[in-house]
Amino acid sequence: MTTMQVLFLIFAAIILGSAFKVVTTKKMIHAAFWLIVVLFGVAALYAMLNAGFMAMVQVVVYVGAIAILFIFAVMLTRKELLDKGPALNDNKSIAAVLSLLSFGGLYMLLRNWSGFMNMAPALPETDMVEELGTALVTPDMYLLPFEIASVLLLAALIGAVYVANEARSE
Amino acid sequence: MEFWNDPITTIFNSLLKSFTSGGMSEGLATVLIYLIGILLFVTFAMVLDIFLVWIERKVVARFQDRLGPNRLGPFGIFQPFADIVKLLIKEDITPVGADVIMFNLAPIFSMMSVLLLWAIMPFAPKMVGVDLNVAMLYLVAAGSIGTLSVIMAGWASNNKYATMGAFRTVAQMVSYEIPMVAAILVITVLSGTMGVVGIVEAQEFLPFIFYAPLTAIIFLISAIAELGRSPFDLNEAESEIVAGFHTEYTGMKFGLFYAGELLHSFTFGGFIALLFFGGHRFFGLENLGPIVGALIFIGKALFFYWVIMWVKYTVPRIRIDHMLAFNWKFLTPLAFILLMVTALVGRLLLDSVWLVPALFLSNVFVGWMTVLYLKSHERKTREAEDAKSAVPVAQH
Amino acid sequence: MNSIPISWYLVLSAGLFSLGLFGVLARKNAVAILLGIELMLNAVNLNLVTFWRYNNPAEMTGQVFAIIVFAVAAAEVAVGLALIISIYRNRNTVMADDIDLMKW
Repeated sequence: MTTMQVLFLIFAAIILGSAFKVVTTKKMIHAAFWLIVVLFGVAALYAMLNAGFMAMVQVVVYVGAIAILFIFAVMLTRKELLDKGPALNDNKSIAAVLSLLSFGGLYMLLRNWSGFMNMAPALPETDMVEELGTALVTPDMYLLPFEIASVLLLAALIGAVYVANEARSE
Repeated sequence: MEFWNDPITTIFNSLLKSFTSGGMSEGLATVLIYLIGILLFVTFAMVLDIFLVWIERKVVARFQDRLGPNRLGPFGIFQPFADIVKLLIKEDITPVGADVIMFNLAPIFSMMSVLLLWAIMPFAPKMVGVDLNVAMLYLVAAGSIGTLSVIMAGWASNNKYATMGAFRTVAQMVSYEIPMVAAILVITVLSGTMGVVGIVEAQEFLPFIFYAPLTAIIFLISAIAELGRSPFDLNEAESEIVAGFHTEYTGMKFGLFYAGELLHSFTFGGFIALLFFGGHRFFGLENLGPIVGALIFIGKALFFYWVIMWVKYTVPRIRIDHMLAFNWKFLTPLAFILLMVTALVGRLLLDSVWLVPALFLSNVFVGWMTVLYLKSHERKTREAEDAKSAVPVAQH
Repeated sequence: MNSIPISWYLVLSAGLFSLGLFGVLARKNAVAILLGIELMLNAVNLNLVTFWRYNNPAEMTGQVFAIIVFAVAAAEVAVGLALIISIYRNRNTVMADDIDLMKW
């Protein structure tokens, strides 16, 4: 058991445990905070996979913006201070069966893949953040998806402001 | 001599030798030495924090034309210890209906977000915690953890003033991250890397304050807003909203919030020194060794911490709607215009000798255009208001 | 880094995806359903970055794909939460069972 394996197991336990709490806890604000723990755990795994830029962007974008959006949405959509009533609806047994089936199906599919026990190849020597930046702005690499993603974000911004504003102008 | 040139590696090697000679495996010894190093570093940060409390009280006293604490010890230097003892012996109240775990975790997260930043502060090129190649993004990420702690504090207090104060503080902190990121991007464009050692090395000809003065002002303003210091401290001002998100905190938990804010200000003073004023450079004195460089860096960080305090105790508070309008309608467009201008001019004049004067003049030009635009905007608003009131002015 | 086979990462992301699926299918609160969707998006991103690392780390396709997924997830969460807040203002409820009419 090398150090990396022990670290991976710790982070995997944190991620799976917090994800379970996200989907089963009754108080919504606690669910949002357990999601934040999941996001931090995934950021740690990105760092273990040598994708340092992805880890930082995960913390800045997901934890710093999206999780805070969730917390604000939870606070703005409560009728009373405490959440009463069950957390799960009537489909919970069918949903549990379905999710176990999907996990089992994915596992079977992956196990029959020949590369399932591969180890990581060596990293290239160049600075990967610089390579990533070059890949995003070179026209014959990934410039077009990058620009379309920014147009998508602009559309989402305008749409979100319009949708959330409409109720007040009535 | 080897210790003078590279103190951290020498200490690490000697400790490693002594641990492994006692029969410990090398991996375990490395982890243990790292832990001891982190503990010592954090202790240094906390002791510095005590010193910063004393500096704060003396400096605010001098700005207000009085003496400050001068009873306990020479020049009142033991005053912070009295403050600590007072905070420790106060009663630790948890309000009824508060969420106990989140209530207790919030001050810890707040202090954690500051101490995480100390891992990338470069006291000298060989005395960095870790030389991340995405260190500037790490700076923004640690700011997000601070925002989280504010929400936890406001929510867990079960107090509507605390929750409202937390909402406003989070809105302010999230908004002012954007000009800060744009200013950091300007520095990244100028130095070609996001790592701190690379930024210090890129300033060997001239510090970046000459390349991007207006960006430095924008970074200073957004850093002060991000910290929640005056004049952006509506969220914790006592006359406005009791004490904002930390209304319900007593004793040492409040002490953690307060000390965390001071240490955060010092850390941002250090980052201003790093990004715009050359880090540990001082006219060639830093070549004597890393320890001299570290002392120069701490001196510069203390100077910029003094500048932040100067702004705090001179300027009155800004209202929340003015604060947000100032950010979204003025700072963010200005920061992005500066980013485009710097990238354009920097690319066109990449290796020529005219780079620094051209960048400086382009900053001055953008600043001048902004002032002209603001004057014409102000004049139009005033004329519109005069026309609206439409009271015939008596001609004398 | 050379000691963890790819199977560990893939099984972890499959498990995270299944938990997110359970959250989407079995939760009452609409915001909690969005939380489940976020879990699924994170599982997918983890998968993408794992395959980038284990197949060909010299080529940046995996990381670029993951960054675009970040952008799309952020846009979707913003619009989704705006819709939920708008529904809450109109119907005063966020339980998915109660929002069952197209027009009233």
